[in-house]
Amino acid sequence: MNISSSRFVNIGERTNVTGSAKFKKLILSGDYEAAVEVARDQVENGAQIVDINMDEGLLDAHEAMTTFIKRIAAEPDIARVPLMIDSSKWSVIEAGLKCVSGKPIVNSISMKEGEEQFLYHARLCMAYGAAAVVMAFDETGQADTKERKVEICKRAYDLLIGIGFPPEDIIFDPNIFAVATGIEEHNNYGVDFIEALKELRVLCPHAHYSGGLSNLSFSFRGNEPVRRAMHSIFLYHAIPAGLDMAIVNAGQLDIYDDIDPELRLACEDVILNRDPDATERLITLAEKYRGTDVAQEKAEAEWRGWEVKKRLEHALVKGIDAHIVDDTEEARLAIKAANGRPIEVIEGPLMDGMNVVGDLFGSGKMFLPQVVKSARVMKKAVAHLFPYIEAEKEVGAKGKGKIIMATVKGDVHDIGKNIVGVVLQCNGFEIVDLGVMVSWPDILKAANENDADMIGLSGLITPSLDEMVTVAEEMQKAGMTMPLMIGGATTSKTHTALRIEPVYSGPVIHVLDASRAVGVAGTLVSDTMADKFVADTRAEYEHIRDARAGKTAKPLATLEEARANSFEIDESLKPAPPAKPGVHVYDDWDLADLRNYIDWTPFFRAWELHGNYPAILTDPVVGESATSLFADANAMLDKIVNEKWLRAKGVAGLWPCWRDGDDVVVYCEQTEAHIRLPFLRQQIAKREGRANMCLADFVSPYGDWIGGFAVTTGHGIGTHLAQFKASIDDYSDIMLKALADRLAEAFAERMHEHVRKDLWAYAPDEQFTMEALNREEYRGIRPAPGYPACPDHSLKPILFDLLDATHKTGITLTESFAMLPTAAVSGFYFGHPQSEYFGVARIGEDQVTEYAARRDVDMATATRWLRPNLNE
Amino acid sequence: MSAREEFVARAAKQILVFDGGYGTAIQSYKLTEADYRGLLEVTHDQKGNNDLLSITRPDIIKAIHSAYLDAGADMIETNTFSGTKISMADYGCEHLVRELNLVSAKVARECCDEAEAKDGKRRFVAGSIGPTNKTLSLSPDVNDPGYREIDFDYLKDVYREQCDALIEGGVDFLLIETIFDTLNAKCAAMAAQEAAQASGRDVPLMISMTITDMAGRNLSGHTVEAFWAAIRHVKPLTIGLNCSFGADLLRPHLAALSKQANALVMAYPNAGLPNDLAEYDELPETTAALIGQWLDDGLVNIVGGCCGTTPAHIAAIAKAVEDRAPRQIPAAPTLTTLAGLEPFVMAA
Repeated sequence: MNISSSRFVNIGERTNVTGSAKFKKLILSGDYEAAVEVARDQVENGAQIVDINMDEGLLDAHEAMTTFIKRIAAEPDIARVPLMIDSSKWSVIEAGLKCVSGKPIVNSISMKEGEEQFLYHARLCMAYGAAAVVMAFDETGQADTKERKVEICKRAYDLLIGIGFPPEDIIFDPNIFAVATGIEEHNNYGVDFIEALKELRVLCPHAHYSGGLSNLSFSFRGNEPVRRAMHSIFLYHAIPAGLDMAIVNAGQLDIYDDIDPELRLACEDVILNRDPDATERLITLAEKYRGTDVAQEKAEAEWRGWEVKKRLEHALVKGIDAHIVDDTEEARLAIKAANGRPIEVIEGPLMDGMNVVGDLFGSGKMFLPQVVKSARVMKKAVAHLFPYIEAEKEVGAKGKGKIIMATVKGDVHDIGKNIVGVVLQCNGFEIVDLGVMVSWPDILKAANENDADMIGLSGLITPSLDEMVTVAEEMQKAGMTMPLMIGGATTSKTHTALRIEPVYSGPVIHVLDASRAVGVAGTLVSDTMADKFVADTRAEYEHIRDARAGKTAKPLATLEEARANSFEIDESLKPAPPAKPGVHVYDDWDLADLRNYIDWTPFFRAWELHGNYPAILTDPVVGESATSLFADANAMLDKIVNEKWLRAKGVAGLWPCWRDGDDVVVYCEQTEAHIRLPFLRQQIAKREGRANMCLADFVSPYGDWIGGFAVTTGHGIGTHLAQFKASIDDYSDIMLKALADRLAEAFAERMHEHVRKDLWAYAPDEQFTMEALNREEYRGIRPAPGYPACPDHSLKPILFDLLDATHKTGITLTESFAMLPTAAVSGFYFGHPQSEYFGVARIGEDQVTEYAARRDVDMATATRWLRPNLNE
Repeated sequence: MSAREEFVARAAKQILVFDGGYGTAIQSYKLTEADYRGLLEVTHDQKGNNDLLSITRPDIIKAIHSAYLDAGADMIETNTFSGTKISMADYGCEHLVRELNLVSAKVARECCDEAEAKDGKRRFVAGSIGPTNKTLSLSPDVNDPGYREIDFDYLKDVYREQCDALIEGGVDFLLIETIFDTLNAKCAAMAAQEAAQASGRDVPLMISMTITDMAGRNLSGHTVEAFWAAIRHVKPLTIGLNCSFGADLLRPHLAALSKQANALVMAYPNAGLPNDLAEYDELPETTAALIGQWLDDGLVNIVGGCCGTTPAHIAAIAKAVEDRAPRQIPAAPTLTTLAGLEPFVMAA
């Protein structure tokens, strides 16, 4: 099950008789057939929940509600989404609840008629199994000011928790009211709403916030361009404050960046109440836009005159499917005329368009429903091309062998896999690349359907190791016998021998790097050499297992002993409080500056050229290729910097904290919350005088400071990768990914320097060369979750929450805690001069058990998280 | 110790065993209409009205219960799968609903007490509540998709009558099983909770969905995750799957449910898929071996059998689960889970 990836859920409002004249007419005339189509339309347009309201004087609301719900139950493509049963009459809501088979939302309950009635309704919601929208309404009326909103919602929250109502099923609607009405008291309504959310988020854990957006712009009835702009701008500010759902018409939102800057500023001034004359100014300005819907239609017609590539992009970004088949056909004919293949329409213009959509969505300037519309346009285009692509497929001509390749579920890293794929293709293998985050049923299915000769799995982060074991287990259960190749940065011959090979009876081979892949794959498909190779490998792995079993694992210190031998910092060397505490956001760091901070040695390693920079350039063996690669890399870097291919977004934070055992307790001022960072302690036996380290040791129990950061240089990469893909240029594709990774690391280095010199400023005058920086000669460390000093990847969500990193930088986390975009780095800052990197290495079961309790997870989860460090 | 406490305590230590199918066993007695009818004055042909046998041939029902208990079952279910006014209407036996549930519960209770007297181990009785043959979510009229034969309030009354009698007859749990319509199940669960409350006893609920297509949905179209989202508010003692297909095809769906549900998981599959003659011919060892795969993956806390399974199957299963570690109930993260036919999850 996927957790809704957007922070914002869009509730369809078209099946509401009070909001849609068309729907009202259909229901009043009893045309349920057509009314069902309205519901279908909004689900297809991206509504994630459908609101149904039949409150109309001329209707039997009871009858209309139940009839309509029963009708859409018969439509799987509508019924797949949850319903919101919306009525001001409780009897209508309850009648609706008796017809809904999933888990719906009741809209709404409130304390309008007192606590008793409120709790009676809440208990019925629990009995029927429904979440509930709670209006900020009490015995004296609707909440208007921030204080009233907070007071009423908090009171309702406490009452609900008191009867056992699940807090996660509470959705507050703290009332969006009209602004710019000309009445001075109304000017602050937008701000009141947004500020109330910020406070409530802390007071009412797990609850959600929703609102009806159309009220806001009520003063501008009839002026759709202004209303749309106001709604988009309001969302832009309210979503970060905590608004996580709203009743909106998905088709009627503008992209924030597309709003005329003059109008945007005027709307923003009104909504944020930044200026007493704001309303006056917006009213004047609004006249200019009145009726521009007609002008806009004209402008909309204009795009039809553009060249086909631009038209396709426009159609995808705007989600317009009216001309998509014609345009796709035109693009196909043009590519055909240039001797191209139909697939290039997808790889080229269509992917470019989708990448633009992805970038806009990633930066919070487009909302999920709009993206869904774009995807639909894409599907139509692909469907048109499919018969041509099928017709072109060559039959026969089987190459050396067919290999299914995939980065396993939860992992997004694919540079290595792509390199291996290219190398194998160059050597006559047919590669079926399933991409990243591929679950085992898809891998097995692809292997069967393609009649594959072998499967290659890749992964970079440690949780992927477990996932590879799962794939192997399932291959075994499915009775497969084909060879399984394992590769990727965290994989190893030892892990393969110990964990993967024992669960699969077919051949399992760990492939160290791309250069070995051809040899391994070639041998495996060879009639003469395969059996011996498989047998030899099996023997080798068995030997590894025996050696491992024979070698009694070195005894570990108990957690208690290790704690007694913890590292003691010199309190007198503790760094001073930061000059600039709190969270700092950098939206667009200069790439030219970052370029100077690149550590080139790992870049060469990514291309499997081993040696240190700059010596590698004159190395007798690899010097020539290294020099040529270096030249190409710099040529591309010029373009990346000059043409702004990538955007560097980062966030760094510094917070007061103290050490509590092996935890560091961070105080977050904004939310007034105490956040625990649980760290792991070394338990390997130490010789005299050496401590059993834990990162918490570098923090004083008497009050100290800690930092965190997340940086990425991956935004914008998609457009260019698609271009390379379209021109079938794997070299540039991999080059760009590798450079983006390097720039992300460079950004981490640069940000750390910025923290030392400016933000924390404990070393304002440090002067280091790049080499010295790469040798980590500076004071303080920046360990990253998933790396030896802090091996548990699952600390990332905690760090991200502290930084609000996803929102501030657009970096998201997968279920296995991999970062997207992949060119991203995150970690903690420790400023104490005695802090240093170390590896936690193997830990005992006592620590795992205790860690599970500290993280409040079960043993199975803790074991999964810590598997690479278990003493076994 | 209450039945709930003892059941939970035992399930924490071992995998518990539920009974198997009743239909096949009853068929083997080759009963005549007169056997079914007994001394009752009823109008319709009663052949096939298996629930009625609790009144007219309690000896046979007792023999089957005892065979399962001897095979190693920790829990058996009452012979009341069709014991509602709706299902009994087919036989003109609506007036017997209360009596047959009451008697069935007592018969099952007696068998369990006898087994406990022999070896001192407590056995549990689950009151079986079938889905009825009417549905709240689907229209029987293809030309009118909004039409329903019954409504929620009527169905709730129907279930309530059955629940009241089962509780009075002394069942430990109420098992709402073979759920093909999620809304029927929500309705039954509400009736059961109200019946338990009225009786003043703690009568935990057991909920078991059946999958009707290979994509893993029930007849009303819900995936197992959506089903769990729709029913979890009743806080069932067990959640699970039964009937559907054999243990092999059930595994991926059971795994999906097991991963999410923070309740005990109970599953009782059919003895494979029926052959060309609509008979189940999967051997006991085969069923047990397939369930063994569930155990390897730690998917279940309670296992048994459904259509086509016999005391021999249950004996094989009981042997297979001996000394095997039960599934650990996963900690439930706080998430907002809504559902249509598919689940919708939000971080909370």
